[in-house]
Amino acid sequence: MSAAAAGSPARTLAAGFALDRIALAGLFMLGLIIVAAVGAPLISPQNPYDLAQLDILDSKLPPGAVGVAGHVYWLGTDDQGRDMLSGIFYGLRVSLGVGAMSTIAALAIGMGIGLLAAYAGGWVDAVIMRIVDLQLSFPAILIALVLLAVLGQGVDKIIVALIAVQWAYYARTVRGNALVEKKKEYVDAARCMAFGYTRIVFRHILPNCLPPLIVVATVQVAHAIALEATLSFLGLGMPITSPSLGLLIANGFTHLLSGKYWISVFPGIALLVTIVSINLVGDRLRDIFNPRLQSHFAA
Amino acid sequence: MLAFIARRLLQSLFALFVMSLLVFVGVYAIGNPIDILINPQADQAEIAAVTAALGLDQPLWVQYWTFLQSALRGDLGKSFVANVPAIQLILNRMPATIELAAASMVIAVVLGIPLGLLAGLRPDSWVGRTIMAGSILGFSLPTFWVGLMLIMVFSVHLGWLPTTGRGPTVDVLGFPISILSWEGIRHVLLPSTNLALFKLSLLIRLTRAGTREALAQDYVRFARAKGLSMRRVVSVHVLKNIMIPIVTVVGLEFGSVIAFAIVTETIFAWPGMGKLLIDSINVLDRPVIVAYLLIIVLMFIVINLVVDVLYSVLDPRVRVAGARP
Repeated sequence: MSAAAAGSPARTLAAGFALDRIALAGLFMLGLIIVAAVGAPLISPQNPYDLAQLDILDSKLPPGAVGVAGHVYWLGTDDQGRDMLSGIFYGLRVSLGVGAMSTIAALAIGMGIGLLAAYAGGWVDAVIMRIVDLQLSFPAILIALVLLAVLGQGVDKIIVALIAVQWAYYARTVRGNALVEKKKEYVDAARCMAFGYTRIVFRHILPNCLPPLIVVATVQVAHAIALEATLSFLGLGMPITSPSLGLLIANGFTHLLSGKYWISVFPGIALLVTIVSINLVGDRLRDIFNPRLQSHFAA
Repeated sequence: MLAFIARRLLQSLFALFVMSLLVFVGVYAIGNPIDILINPQADQAEIAAVTAALGLDQPLWVQYWTFLQSALRGDLGKSFVANVPAIQLILNRMPATIELAAASMVIAVVLGIPLGLLAGLRPDSWVGRTIMAGSILGFSLPTFWVGLMLIMVFSVHLGWLPTTGRGPTVDVLGFPISILSWEGIRHVLLPSTNLALFKLSLLIRLTRAGTREALAQDYVRFARAKGLSMRRVVSVHVLKNIMIPIVTVVGLEFGSVIAFAIVTETIFAWPGMGKLLIDSINVLDRPVIVAYLLIIVLMFIVINLVVDVLYSVLDPRVRVAGARP
């Protein structure tokens, strides 16, 4: 056990990130994106969904053009005369919100099921793992498409679909780790102290399963955001009233062929930067939590 | 060996049964088909008559049994829109999808394995690093956005390739194939590149990891000590040893390529079954949706079964692990 690993988890994390400039850049970008998403109403030049602020004369202006009211549209406007920059900030809000919410819910559900499988064992474990295997043998996009075809459109429905495609990953990760932890001495010690099952599972086993879960969850947020964008692009995701980045890109697709690239390209770049920075952070977290590499960070 | 195959076959049949039940309950029981099938002005008696005629007044398990019986006869209902059997509609579109999927798999294999070998042989050089950075990008880029960018660059700006659609087809053994003509190749190039990107990144990573692992083995050192050239060691000994996982992944991923073709086909207006699915979802053509899902589920289960069996032939350790309860 190294000095850094023995210190507080926060210090280990900070040390791990400080060593890798690319991961640090990813973390910085992710910070900026979250600020832009949370603060969208404050930092956007206009409210893109307040029709009173839109001017149809400003529609489809190229990046850098000056609008009727005299302000500059840095990233151009769409067919409604909506400022693309503001649209992207609001779109990030929707995309990140949906991604984070579905991941947290799927994490909670998957964790519960995975712990149940690991602790109950026997036929409960066998049945749960068969279902997980069956689901994971199909691509996520297919399962999500089927669910949305059945459920219809809406924010709540896309979150349900994203939870349904994600929970199995967490269940499998938690079960695997919990099975290893269950055999360790501290669990035997807790049993000798006559602690209840719930206490042992949630206070002792669960905290020790968290690091790999955090890594999986980080990468899954990126997957969820990409999947939501894809579904929205196909017209099966978010409703037109809460446009995510995917919907903005789909909207621009019709204008792409006439050379008005900015309506599709800029939301796409925003989506790409979001996904790449989350993946960079996730990759680094994986290395930091990997015990085989831990001494590497202590240096 | 026979016991292993029998066990896997039984598991596959069970999976097929569960999935057909899920698809049935999902598509037929959650929504009310009557709302879509009947004229909204119909009175109560008419609704009751249609419900009885379609068997919708029966308990759910009876409905499922009827559905299963007709499904086994290959009858999955008629499309509401085209008024032809849904299964026929899908089978007509299937060659286009398989052609697209096969073309992108070829691109992924032909580019992915050499690039992965290169990155594995020189992990710390700039070539190796660039290839790996490219593969990370390939994983991160959303497929549909890459498709848009390909259209924008190669069709709109440069005007080299057609934006959408499939080229003229030639019947080969009864299947319409488009890649035999130059025009057909021009049409398939962009969509198959788009679809290949993700699998290409996967193959690069897989080949690189396999190569790095193989290079550290004793047999490589022995072959080098024997005086064989590095070229021969890599192209014969290393390649042979990393082929098993690669073949498995290529086989397994073929199903997922067909599923992902839904997105690519929609962007490039490729007349395959993925585009048919999206069109059917948009007009709520339930029989077609059900037929598509059942066919794709069947395809996945068959692919998984074949790969598992092949794998156990190639690698006896799998059989031993599978025999344990």
